[in-house]
Amino acid sequence: MGQGNWRIRKITDRFAKIAFLCATLFGIAFLGVLLYRIVADGAGWLNWDFFTNFSSRFPAKAGVAAALVGSIWIVLLTGPIAFFLGVGTALYLEEYTKKSWFTRLIQVNIHNLAGVPSIVYGILGLAVFVQGLMLGQAVLAGVFTMSLLVLPIIVVSSQEAIRSVPQHMRNASYALGASKWQTISRVVIPTALPNILTGVILALSRAIGETAPLVVVGALTFVAFVPASPMDPFTVLPIQIFNWTSRPQDDFRAIAAAGIIVLLVVLLTMNLLAVYLRNKYQKRY
Amino acid sequence: MSIIQMKNVDLYYDKHHALKNITGEINERSITALIGPSGCGKSTFLRTLNRMNDMIQGVHIEGEILVAEQNIYHADVNVENLRKNIGMVFQQPNPFPKSIYDNVAFGRRIHGMRDRKELDEVVEQSLKAAALWEEVKDILKKPAYGLSGGQQQRLCIARALAVNPQILLMDEPTSALDPISTAKIEELIGELRKQYTIVIVTHNMQQAARISDDTAFFLQGEIIEFDTTEKIFHTPSDQRTEDYIAGRFG
Repeated sequence: MGQGNWRIRKITDRFAKIAFLCATLFGIAFLGVLLYRIVADGAGWLNWDFFTNFSSRFPAKAGVAAALVGSIWIVLLTGPIAFFLGVGTALYLEEYTKKSWFTRLIQVNIHNLAGVPSIVYGILGLAVFVQGLMLGQAVLAGVFTMSLLVLPIIVVSSQEAIRSVPQHMRNASYALGASKWQTISRVVIPTALPNILTGVILALSRAIGETAPLVVVGALTFVAFVPASPMDPFTVLPIQIFNWTSRPQDDFRAIAAAGIIVLLVVLLTMNLLAVYLRNKYQKRY
Repeated sequence: MSIIQMKNVDLYYDKHHALKNITGEINERSITALIGPSGCGKSTFLRTLNRMNDMIQGVHIEGEILVAEQNIYHADVNVENLRKNIGMVFQQPNPFPKSIYDNVAFGRRIHGMRDRKELDEVVEQSLKAAALWEEVKDILKKPAYGLSGGQQQRLCIARALAVNPQILLMDEPTSALDPISTAKIEELIGELRKQYTIVIVTHNMQQAARISDDTAFFLQGEIIEFDTTEKIFHTPSDQRTEDYIAGRFG
């Protein structure tokens, strides 16, 4: 090959590298600006009172107590419900059923459900949980709605985790005389668990950021108490933030920024936990 | 004395007739090698002996396999107990992502052993029987994946021995290993022969000749010839056996 050709290839290589670097920087730059603006606006409002106060029409007295506790309620209750339903479904589909038109139908629909807009789950939750089961506009109605919302994501990610457990490991267990349940509970689940948990945590961090379905289910925007039981009315961080941004006073925009910081910290903590789990139990087989 | 008898065994994967009229006997406390070209049915046959084929969709088996006078395909047979009695070692070393100790103890635990002292005893005995104890006695709590391929395979043998089987099935146990590890495993198999009945699938004809007492030659789902290894390798009765042994095909 000639010298010219070699030069062109070198230049193309360098050009490609720079182009992709720009694409990456573009996203990072905007994220940086966004973070900077939020922190610059909101950091001044972050103090202990902000965490203990309820929302108020006086900016100086406004806080995230109700919304933060509401969000924590939602995540803590949605987590176990969605975990058991989702992992159970995934185990059933991966370990118990034989491939048939019926399982394919379920599979396709789970993937479809993962793509349904969240507002639709809100409407479903309103009809089934708030009115049908007469839970009212309570934490529990929100929890059930959120569980349904994240269920398809958890099922799909758990299925992938379970599928990535090599068949030869199941065979080793069966060949020692283990029953199906022993194989699943002692080999498949422990091996797949880190990946399952990663999926569950990421699904929950989606749940914590969701607003639309909870608005429909009836999470209130002005809550001056901490929900003490799952049957109490509630609000969550994103709704509270949205509410603040629509207030006329300028100060509330800064308060909204402070609320966003709180939400981001919660989210990033959960994502870090997921990354930690994934790294700690990296595939070793 | 024969411990396994096959009587007219046929196996189908859906429509595909994978094993044809397999008949023969496997002697107790001996090493039986199954040889033949790829796809001849030797591994499939091995898996009929502990019913591992049951788990493959579309498999259908006819005929009888008697282990200690009992038809293992009879409706009353408890498959879990059968597999406890007939251990298996696979082609790829496949330890669980657990510690060395937990790997060996796995089988006993699922069969109900809880006592720590008893388990310690079983783990030590099994690792000694698999000639691995000296290498791992100080690192029992370490993950099994830290071991070399050959050590992992001996760990898998220890794991199989821990549930006290009578029969040990081995599906090309050395094909993923280097020559030195292979030699160790072969030596170990020779040792185990004193206590266990071993059925081994191998691609390596020298291996079959070196370690086995009897050899069955499979071709396209049939047993062409099944006799003492001596006879198969020196004076085979069938032309096809002779051609295969001589390396003319396969």
